[in-house]
Amino acid sequence: MTMRKVKGGLRGFIIVLICMIEIYPLFWMLTASLKQQHEWSENPAYALNKGFYVQNYADAWTRGNMAVFFKNSLITTLISLVFIVIFSVTVGFAVTKMQWKLRKAVAKYFTFGIMIPVAVALIPLFQIYNKAHLLNTRACLILTYIAFGLSLSIYLVQGYLRSFPDDIMEAAVIDGCGIYKMMWHIVVPLMKNAIVTVLVLQFFFKWNDLLFSMTFISDSSLKTIQTGLLYFSDEFGSKNWGAIFASVSMSVFPMLILYTVLNKKLMEGMMAGAVKG
Amino acid sequence: MKKVLGNKAAIALFVVPALILYTALVMVPVIWSLYYSLFSGSPGLKWEFVGIKNYLDLFRDKNFRNALMVNFKYISVVTVGQVGLGLLLALMFKFWLKHCKSFVRTLVFFPVVLPTVAVGQLFAKIYEIQPHYGLLNSFLSAVGLQDLVQPWIGQESTALWALCVMDIWVAMGFYSVIFYGALLDISDDILEAAHIDGASGFNLFRRILLPLLRPMIITSLVFSFSGTVKMFESALALTKGGPGAATKSLSMYMYDVSFTFNKVGYGSVIAIVIFLICVCGSAIINKFDVRDD
Repeated sequence: MTMRKVKGGLRGFIIVLICMIEIYPLFWMLTASLKQQHEWSENPAYALNKGFYVQNYADAWTRGNMAVFFKNSLITTLISLVFIVIFSVTVGFAVTKMQWKLRKAVAKYFTFGIMIPVAVALIPLFQIYNKAHLLNTRACLILTYIAFGLSLSIYLVQGYLRSFPDDIMEAAVIDGCGIYKMMWHIVVPLMKNAIVTVLVLQFFFKWNDLLFSMTFISDSSLKTIQTGLLYFSDEFGSKNWGAIFASVSMSVFPMLILYTVLNKKLMEGMMAGAVKG
Repeated sequence: MKKVLGNKAAIALFVVPALILYTALVMVPVIWSLYYSLFSGSPGLKWEFVGIKNYLDLFRDKNFRNALMVNFKYISVVTVGQVGLGLLLALMFKFWLKHCKSFVRTLVFFPVVLPTVAVGQLFAKIYEIQPHYGLLNSFLSAVGLQDLVQPWIGQESTALWALCVMDIWVAMGFYSVIFYGALLDISDDILEAAHIDGASGFNLFRRILLPLLRPMIITSLVFSFSGTVKMFESALALTKGGPGAATKSLSMYMYDVSFTFNKVGYGSVIAIVIFLICVCGSAIINKFDVRDD
């Protein structure tokens, strides 16, 4: 009996420990972002913050240009997301449900892109944008984000559509729906879950992009949050720890909030996609 | 029905724009890389056709060999770490956890959604030694392990491992959620039958769970592998490839060669090597799936 209790206790302890390992760095980051500079030299790094020094956030937001980086990331991410969703739904539908000769080949062609590491396309893309005078514009980032978001999104949408009931479409056709009306009124509403999964996954990917934005954008007024963070830490170096933690926290919390809100849907979508994949 | 779903105009409208964009910005550049790899210099600057010379240079390039080694070490440690620990966590959730399952699951997924650069900055401060001890060193010195205090990412011997730890920390929650989903799909009848037959602990895992989870494990390995082959963002954010070239991956070396040293042709060869490793590696991992069936 006691043996079992010890075992249970030990198991509980290990689980708590794992949760601590996953969560504690984030908690530490939050406390660190509220510390004043002198606290770093007076107390060990793990000490809690003495007060709430919010000035760090103000510094990062204005002097560190986080406001600008945030805006840029939002614009490029949101515009590319809109197109990724439109394209993945239409292409996904066309290759799974519509009847034409090349649909299997086209589906394969798009799926192939999942395997391609972005680094492989980087050099030619740079040359193309250079020639087209598109370097240092939002347009080149948005175009690249859309193009590289397609493969995985279309693949996910296909997975969902395969189990999409044909009778509903048939009923719609009998009621006199054309293809466009059917897409908009029948197919899209029924694919809400798939669309949310694509949106959230691609949001994480695009928000996270560093390679493209650091290669194509050198103008600091157009930098996105990831390149901005790198540049920011170089700028403030090792001196202003509080401001660095504040800027890191700022880039982290939108993701955490988004994730907490959409947690259930995302988990379901991921597991469903994974089982099929 | 047939008429509606066979509507040629609609198909064209649905497929063609995406097809053009994808072809122009993904497929054409990949093929273009092949073409570039036969030239030296960069377009407009000493741009000469050299045939396969770039490929031959690769074998004599010390920096390339170093980057390849770094990448291989990183891939093997991180892939095994991510998938292995993810599986271990999932097993714990399934068999040890009685309450708050979904709470714990949500919690361990937190690091997955964080921006890579932010995580890199955070860990840079955790490993810090100058001007103040970071989190890790201050803990070590607090518990009396002063001897272990060291510049974790400032010395060649530990930098790569510090990076691996960070990337495993980030992603193990992701794999644990995937495996947990797969474990929930295994019916309790099977587990009960195994129990009655006397299987438990490691035996149960090896004889019952492992075969059932195998497709999932293969998929996860491929996924993790193709993520780690790219190795760029996290290394750049944590160590910038240093100290020296201790954490400089193939992607980073390619980036340096083509954008800092302006040798676009040679950079393209490295890009193609990355692509080949990605394709071959995934194919090899997938082989394990077929053999035993």
